[in-house]
Amino acid sequence: MPNTVVNPTRMELTRLKGKLKTARRGHKLLKDKRDELMRQFLDVVRENKALRAKVEEGLEKAHQSFTVAAALMSGPAMEEALLYPKQSVELELGFKNVMSVDVPEYTFHTVSREKGDVYPYGYAATSGELDSAVEALSDAFQDMLKLAEMEKTAQLLAEEIEKTRRRVNGLEYKIIPECEEGIKYISMKLDENERSATVRLMKVKDMILAEALEQQKERDRRAAQQ
Amino acid sequence: MSNYSIAVIGDLNSVMGFKALGLDVHAVDTPQAARETLHRLAKENCAVIYITETLAGELDADIARYKDAPTPAVILIPGKEGSLGIGMTNLKRSVERAVGADIL
Repeated sequence: MPNTVVNPTRMELTRLKGKLKTARRGHKLLKDKRDELMRQFLDVVRENKALRAKVEEGLEKAHQSFTVAAALMSGPAMEEALLYPKQSVELELGFKNVMSVDVPEYTFHTVSREKGDVYPYGYAATSGELDSAVEALSDAFQDMLKLAEMEKTAQLLAEEIEKTRRRVNGLEYKIIPECEEGIKYISMKLDENERSATVRLMKVKDMILAEALEQQKERDRRAAQQ
Repeated sequence: MSNYSIAVIGDLNSVMGFKALGLDVHAVDTPQAARETLHRLAKENCAVIYITETLAGELDADIARYKDAPTPAVILIPGKEGSLGIGMTNLKRSVERAVGADIL
């Protein structure tokens, strides 16, 4: 029995049937959406995992070079060398629609005053290790940006999947059974009403017939007496 | 499409190199300062924020806040101590959230 009290009327029955139809259709659509989202999500996550491993490895290498550079140069000298960057990075943010989830797409371009090198310092006062450190970092940066895109996509998709899954389950285990229960209850109640009406009619008819018979007998008796 | 910036938050030694690439570098020492910087940058025109795992370990709740928003993307990177595996754990967690089990 649904907790809510339903009026066993024909109108309510029609309404519930419509609701059930919509719920079934919604359930099917959401289920398809969930499956497709899941497929895309798994692709993204696999790629994401590989990319993260790559980025972490690249950054580790860069950090190693930096550590060596820091050992060869004094701290302030290194800071000074890196203080004023030669290039700046501008990021363009676009959105791509994946199954009605807006996932970001980054494209970046570097704005540098001089083409060619990224080193913001002269070579005289710095050690060669710093060059390789900066180079390693700039190599890793491409992947880092891709990683940012992937990871955000994965997070947003995960959220959407969770939402969709809840909706699917809500429909499947709550709304649809409740509708079916309500429809069953109403149609049984209506059938019962109909049967009781028929029985009542039959009963009344019997009573009327019996009375008519009685009257007929009475008339026959009076006719016989006369 | 408009222009956004990329920021890096971490301790000085870990993030110094990013300055050479032209990123917006914020060197912080304490998790408290990192938290403030993170929230400030998120409000500003920042699409991607890289933060070192060492700091991120203490800012779990703050980072989770930006998880479901389209911007900014808060991405963990290993600091100079090397990878702590927090980034991978987060990835696993999002799989768990979506699928219900860790299937990687």
